[in-house]
Amino acid sequence: MIKTKYFKDPKYVGDPINAVKIFNEKEVDELILLDIKAWEKGGPNYNLLEKIAVESRMPLCYGGGVTNPEQALRIINMGFEKVSISRAALSTPDIIGDIASKIGNQSVVVTLDVRKNPITSGYSVYSENGTKRMQLDLIDACRTVIKKGAGELVVNSIDQEGEMKGYDLVLAKMVSTEVSIPITFIGGAGKTADMAKLINEVGVVGAGAGSMFVFKGPFRAVLISYSRP
Amino acid sequence: MIAIVNYGSGNLAAISNIYKQMNIPHAIVKDPVALANATRYILPGVGHFDYTMRTIKKSGMFDALQENVIVKGKPLLGICIGMQVLANSSEEGDCSGLGWIPGRVRRIQAEERGVRLPHMGWNSISIGRDIMGLFKGVDETLGFYFLHSYYFDAVSTSSVLATTDYGGELVCGVTNMRNIFGLQFHPEKSHRNGVIVFRNFALI
Repeated sequence: MIKTKYFKDPKYVGDPINAVKIFNEKEVDELILLDIKAWEKGGPNYNLLEKIAVESRMPLCYGGGVTNPEQALRIINMGFEKVSISRAALSTPDIIGDIASKIGNQSVVVTLDVRKNPITSGYSVYSENGTKRMQLDLIDACRTVIKKGAGELVVNSIDQEGEMKGYDLVLAKMVSTEVSIPITFIGGAGKTADMAKLINEVGVVGAGAGSMFVFKGPFRAVLISYSRP
Repeated sequence: MIAIVNYGSGNLAAISNIYKQMNIPHAIVKDPVALANATRYILPGVGHFDYTMRTIKKSGMFDALQENVIVKGKPLLGICIGMQVLANSSEEGDCSGLGWIPGRVRRIQAEERGVRLPHMGWNSISIGRDIMGLFKGVDETLGFYFLHSYYFDAVSTSSVLATTDYGGELVCGVTNMRNIFGLQFHPEKSHRNGVIVFRNFALI
């Protein structure tokens, strides 16, 4: 299990099963597991996912290397509530509807990784772990995936990722005005107050965090923690 | 020994794991003979009403459960679809339910209530007459994790164990006030509150 900053410098932060046990203790609302190496490895690590599902006392979402409805169904049947797709959603948006017809729209999450576009002052969507810039503006991407049947959207700000300086509120406002399905924002949360600020500014949305729950202190020592906001 | 009934439905392993960590004897069971040896039963679940009822009826489970739960009075806890099959029937399908708690399973009236389906996420609950103490120690405000589009419309208010608010009051717990309990939400996905319910059930 790793944590990155701006999707770079992966830092090992521990064993996933152990992390799940800790988040159980901490009573986390929901856990998203993203396997960023799944594509290279040819798909989800079902063995690991099964162990995680048995251990978890909270709702789970899995993303990473999911390209077809059968994989998605298998993951749901293991005890996950939602499946996230990113690369596949961007390259073949029809897959969103195909997966939704197997597991239900509510369980299909599309995760969009974004960076500010200095030229347009909008946001561009990136694929393949932030390495490939899509010819796609974020708002257009949102509209497309929703039309295709996504039940939920996760918007991840690569620029803010790992910074722990707060969410990109401009981004959050832009997306939440446009989108009527449930959204979760990730990237930038450093403290509980950041989450409160996000919800105050933008209304009811999911506030997701990684670094905030994993790192402590200026030297980013690994300490998995969680405080109920 | 608590039998977690396996009719092909979900989250068996997660429930089993919770009892394992509490050191409470349990087993995942599908064989009717093995069912007879249990002291209490859990009907878990994710799935479709008809499929679940057909599986229960097909494999001899129905007779074993009828004998042990209705005749012998052993405790039973139904979760999500496991709660819904306790009803007489469901709008979701054509099969008749077990009919152990009078009621009909209906689709949540999304338009009238001004809500989206399914009801998915954490929600607080309001505990009613909990004579048997299934919810003793539960934090109502913290609530439980829900994921459903249908709900149990009980014939009698005396069957209602708990309600939640989703665009208005919605039944989320039923009981026959003796040995049968049904919960719409997922205790196995609801952290401490869920563990408390599983423990209380083991002690009833």
